[in-house]
Amino acid sequence: MTIRIPVVEKILSANDRLAAENRAALDAAGVFSLNFMASPGAGKTSLIEQTVHALAGKLRIAVVDGDIATSLDADRAAAAGASQAVQINTGGDCHLDAVMLHEALPKVNLAGADLLIVENVGNLVCPASFALGTHKSVLIASIPEGDDKPYKYPSMYHGVEALVVNKIDLLPYVPFRMDFFRQGVEALNPGVITFPLSCRTGEGIEPWLNWVIQQVNLKRNL
Amino acid sequence: MHELPVSESILEIALRHAEGRRVTNLYLVIGQLSSIVDDSIQFYWDIIGQGTLAEGAKLHFRRIPTELLCLDCGQSFAPGEDSFACPACGSLKVKVAKGEEFFLESIEVET
Repeated sequence: MTIRIPVVEKILSANDRLAAENRAALDAAGVFSLNFMASPGAGKTSLIEQTVHALAGKLRIAVVDGDIATSLDADRAAAAGASQAVQINTGGDCHLDAVMLHEALPKVNLAGADLLIVENVGNLVCPASFALGTHKSVLIASIPEGDDKPYKYPSMYHGVEALVVNKIDLLPYVPFRMDFFRQGVEALNPGVITFPLSCRTGEGIEPWLNWVIQQVNLKRNL
Repeated sequence: MHELPVSESILEIALRHAEGRRVTNLYLVIGQLSSIVDDSIQFYWDIIGQGTLAEGAKLHFRRIPTELLCLDCGQSFAPGEDSFACPACGSLKVKVAKGEEFFLESIEVET
């Protein structure tokens, strides 16, 4: 004899529970946190460099870098002026999850940070499924990737709170239908705040920096 | 690539709800947007289930296709290859209504 038992439990509920713990730890320390997600080469590390470089005088910025191997990205963040840079090597995993951030957080002096930027593994699929506990998720798209990415990776575009469109300096050289791209984004994520910019030339970076400062201040005043 | 931790999570949830009984069947609901490959979960399942009360249990997958809902006219529709526009009224004001599900719905246990 067998009987059927209703379960109805989210398969990633363990991850979600740990993400909530991460969030609580960040909240308790008054640290605002961002999760940077993007395909490889879109400019996650470049945006961290630009952000840290521009805001290092105003904010104490800690960076947690997720990569399959190497500490190149954490090194770049530190060189740009991050007050702390911690590397997580996932050892082959295609994404960061709440467990990895949970293990990395004790290595960060949260009391000495205003902003924590977590750089996820370069991948437009898997990171979308695993909450980390960070306050806002940022997707960094880039012009050379092509304008069809919202249609091909809907989960990623659906689940973020801010969208950076990097490498706009390449628009004259690459076929990219901004209207087509924006239509896909708008359908999946209506009204999501979008920052077209170029980490290389600095064009458009100011509104992004202002948004980051504003978010940190909102957190402080809570 | 992340079907291994997913499979481990399924096992943990199933054994917890089975409360010491042998698990024979698991019924999973997986939305199309959750980027999970059935065959990969099955592959890991056969390995990680060994030596547990869920060894040899059968996995059943119920797939939920992505469905968008037009916020202007109320039409439900499947997204096109490269368009999320409502086929009825052409509106781009839509929301994801189905496709993000990812849960263990029920299990069958021996009594």
